[in-house]
Amino acid sequence: MKNKEKKSGIGGLMRGLVRKQIFIPIAALVILTIFNYIMDPTFFKITLSPNSLGYNVLSGSIITILDNGSELAILAIGMTLVTAASGGQDISVGATIAIAGSVILRILCGGQTSPDTLQAPVIVAFLVACVAGMLAGAFNGALVAYFRIQPMIATLILFTAGRSIGAWINNNTLPVVKDPSFAVYGGFIPGIAVPTPFLITVACIIIITLVLKFTTLGLYTQSVGINEESSRLNGLNPAFIKFLTFVILGLCVAVAALIKVSRISSINYSVIAKDIEMDAILAVALGGNKLSGGKFNMAASIIGAYVIQFLTTTLYALKVDANALPAYKAVVVIALVVLSAPSVTEKISALGKKMKPKAKEVA
Amino acid sequence: MKKKVLAALLTTAMVSSVLVGCGSQPASAPAGDDTAAEAPAADDTAAEAPAASGDVIKVGIINNDPNESGYRTANDKSMKEMFTAANGYEASFAYSLKNDEQISAAQKFIQDGVDYLLLSAADTAGWDSVLKDAQDAGIKVILFDRTIDAPDSLYEASIVSDMAKEGETAVTWLKGQNLEEYNIIHIQGVMGSAAQKGRSGALDAQVAAEANWNLVTQQTAEWNAEKAQQIVQSVIDAGTSFNVIYAENDDMAKGAVAALDKANISHGVGKDVIVMGYDCNKWALEELLAGNWNYDGQCNPFQASYIDDIIKKLEAGETLSEKVIIMDEKGFDATTITQEDVDTYGI
Repeated sequence: MKNKEKKSGIGGLMRGLVRKQIFIPIAALVILTIFNYIMDPTFFKITLSPNSLGYNVLSGSIITILDNGSELAILAIGMTLVTAASGGQDISVGATIAIAGSVILRILCGGQTSPDTLQAPVIVAFLVACVAGMLAGAFNGALVAYFRIQPMIATLILFTAGRSIGAWINNNTLPVVKDPSFAVYGGFIPGIAVPTPFLITVACIIIITLVLKFTTLGLYTQSVGINEESSRLNGLNPAFIKFLTFVILGLCVAVAALIKVSRISSINYSVIAKDIEMDAILAVALGGNKLSGGKFNMAASIIGAYVIQFLTTTLYALKVDANALPAYKAVVVIALVVLSAPSVTEKISALGKKMKPKAKEVA
Repeated sequence: MKKKVLAALLTTAMVSSVLVGCGSQPASAPAGDDTAAEAPAADDTAAEAPAASGDVIKVGIINNDPNESGYRTANDKSMKEMFTAANGYEASFAYSLKNDEQISAAQKFIQDGVDYLLLSAADTAGWDSVLKDAQDAGIKVILFDRTIDAPDSLYEASIVSDMAKEGETAVTWLKGQNLEEYNIIHIQGVMGSAAQKGRSGALDAQVAAEANWNLVTQQTAEWNAEKAQQIVQSVIDAGTSFNVIYAENDDMAKGAVAALDKANISHGVGKDVIVMGYDCNKWALEELLAGNWNYDGQCNPFQASYIDDIIKKLEAGETLSEKVIIMDEKGFDATTITQEDVDTYGI
């Protein structure tokens, strides 16, 4: 967003557009949209109809995408900050979702397998899960910031152990919450037609936007990512800032965990949020952010997250053969990632330059 | 500098507390309450062993991680309840989802001189040499739940589920519903797993054979409830009609039902959509009892009693009539299930 150029003529405009980091994820969204429209014009139909509780709710493929992409979008927020500051990624988010989710259920069920009523208010369970998520983040952050371990290696510890810890928190049982009031966080608030996970995501996006606008968090994480030593010489504490980004990611994980366990009112430690870490990293990459740290564009990451969900939903809607699904996804992902690579976008804009020789050159 | 030292100290404390957490985890993980009672019991046996020598049968049990699934948790619990000092056993347990770790656990059990080695292998390959060692040491091997690629002379018996038969039982039940048309959403497990192959196979054959059986969609949700929810959601969004959900485990059936509820599609006994699951989790059988689901197929995790029978026979010098023992597995219908079934068969 920062590299604004003086534009002149269509070539310049094109170049400016392509140069903009947010271009690729938006372009991907547009392509997917057009593709889906051609395959099935009803893909974009949104209807208002009652759910089983009798409240009118919105439904349709687009709503499904916004709903199911929520956890990924929330994780993308934290992952972008971690990537920017540390130049590495946290691969333990899926496993820490298992931990935070397990904590929520443990408190709601009070150690029983499936009590008929909630044993504690949801807000209490959620706050404790936030603490658990932030502790896990602090653990990762401490290893990365103070022990200078590669982020991927540091987070490998919780990636491996997290799901077992989650199971241990609930004594290896699989608690089921029977109280329907818990399902609103992954479903609908009675009387409101928009899925709750989407509302939660919007709240998270507003919060992070305000934080980036009114605090120095964004500036500091980027400067630490760009040059740790010179930020230290300028009076920043790079280690603490890295540590902080991991803690923020831990908070995002707790929010995502609440949505995840609420969706099915239960948990399965071995498969909950499986492989979501890879999708979260991919969202950051699709957003055109450098995975080696430094400058970032939060909006692009979040749109990247929805692109991934859009792709998944599209493939389900196309009824792609189950065996072939990963292959299709891989092809699209490769194309998107290659297109969003900085070297390729430069080539494309250089090509645009050649195509429009009359456009005035701006160095 | 001081700050750095403080930070280092704090993080060390944090790391060590987490490491302690990890360290204590395997010990407390297996079936919570039982562990405390079980560990001293094992000690007792060791102490009494010289007095009552010969009576105690030493078994080494190698299993997959009980966290893997509800099935495994129930399986581990039933093993722990069966192989106790009270029943005349001295049992040692080893858990891993990795084949090489399981093999080294087996080698340790052989060195410890167990009488029986009970094995649920993580992977089918690589067991020949260690089982040969066991045979040379006079240790009898019994496989449970999973088979391996090794000559059957290397083990005494293998107690397994017949996944294909589970699928057939379910499909036969579905056939018995006599619907005019079957429009099925088929939600598969992890592709290539034994349970997926067996449970998909029967349905695929039936769909291929009958003109009024159609698959609306056939997708893998990889045993994952949320993925199943998304798959069913995509069918609903597309406006395609369906009347059967065939999910290859309970979690996925639960996810599918969540999508139905969102769209106000009625499901269960006498309703628009028939819901089928597998594994007989207790909460799933309760859904059957309430009439919200229609069918749940059992995958029997209670091999312990079968193993006990075999060991008793072998100890008495009898020969086993067959090497591969297939366990009885039921399919529960929501219209006939009772609370007693839920309590007995729920895992």
